[in-house]
Amino acid sequence: MRESIIMKVHYGTALGAVVLVAVHVLFRITMMPYADSLAYENVISNYKFIPYAIMLELILVLLSVHGFNGLRVILIELKQGKSYERAVTCGCIAAMAILIAYGSRTILMASMGMT
Amino acid sequence: MSEATQMAEEKSSTESISSSKIVTLRIAKFNPENDDVQKFVDFKVPYERWTTVLDAILDIKKHLDHSVAVRYSCRQASCGSCGMKINGRPRLACFTKISELNSDVVTVEPMNNFPIVRDLVVNFERLFANHKKMQPFVIREDTEVGWTTKEFLQTPEEHEEYIQFANCIKCGLCNSACPTMATDSSFLGPQALAQAYRYVADNRDKGKDKRLKIIDESHGIWRCHFAGSCSQVCPKGVDPAMGIQLLRGYLLGFRK
Repeated sequence: MRESIIMKVHYGTALGAVVLVAVHVLFRITMMPYADSLAYENVISNYKFIPYAIMLELILVLLSVHGFNGLRVILIELKQGKSYERAVTCGCIAAMAILIAYGSRTILMASMGMT
Repeated sequence: MSEATQMAEEKSSTESISSSKIVTLRIAKFNPENDDVQKFVDFKVPYERWTTVLDAILDIKKHLDHSVAVRYSCRQASCGSCGMKINGRPRLACFTKISELNSDVVTVEPMNNFPIVRDLVVNFERLFANHKKMQPFVIREDTEVGWTTKEFLQTPEEHEEYIQFANCIKCGLCNSACPTMATDSSFLGPQALAQAYRYVADNRDKGKDKRLKIIDESHGIWRCHFAGSCSQVCPKGVDPAMGIQLLRGYLLGFRK
């Protein structure tokens, strides 16, 4: 994949994450006192509200893609070499996939009441 | 490096040449074939208001130590041969007056981010290879002047688009100042990227897509952090940092 496409995704995920995290924070501070928003029942009810759970899933995906691509960029700037760079790219993609899978499992289980 | 730095004997040429002021020139000496570490040798040299660092180095070569390795040619900031680190900043030695440095000690070192050939001379192989990679010439199928055609005329505005980038003298100061080049040995560098922009922005050129493809790689244009130090050190007023951002505009679709 061309680097410009990867960087477009990088910038796009950053913008998307900023917008969605802002919505998420606004929800936390406008719907109820902030301290209450962290109460167990309120957190679980967020997951059970499907549109909100989808937003959390989107935040998870956007931040994972952005974060692990950022890590890849930092690592290939630190050291060069074909095999090293391939290992960094594969490692970052694998770590991203694992994080998204684990996070999605948590969101899914919480929204289905499997807690 | 400070531990490795060794002070060598001080020499003075003040007896032979009269001058109102004396400066200590600390010259980095290093021969990769024989030396393990770089050492600094101090020389006291007289200078006038107009004396450049290159003049002082050549004075040392003539009167004190002929073994100091330095590359120079035009002495008027046109050839780009005498780039070096002067008091920690990449500059052209022929374009830097000692009197303007406001320092009693002037430290002269080879440029960063280049392999050292000897003393103040660095290897430009990679700089020129990356420059060549950018295909630094106007690409188009038809010829400029024929029986029925004239020169490809440009408006002042079209000329203005790229002309500052055509002033590059390939001195390597921008690459030396670039923080990305310090860690990423495969990075194309601000010099090459600025030259890519010079031709991409030239409306006579038809090789835009080709060049954009060359710079759009994992160690290409996207590794620039926009520190801007390349533009700060350019002795010819070229702004590679701006050129790189404008090139990104083409790749992101903001510019056509």
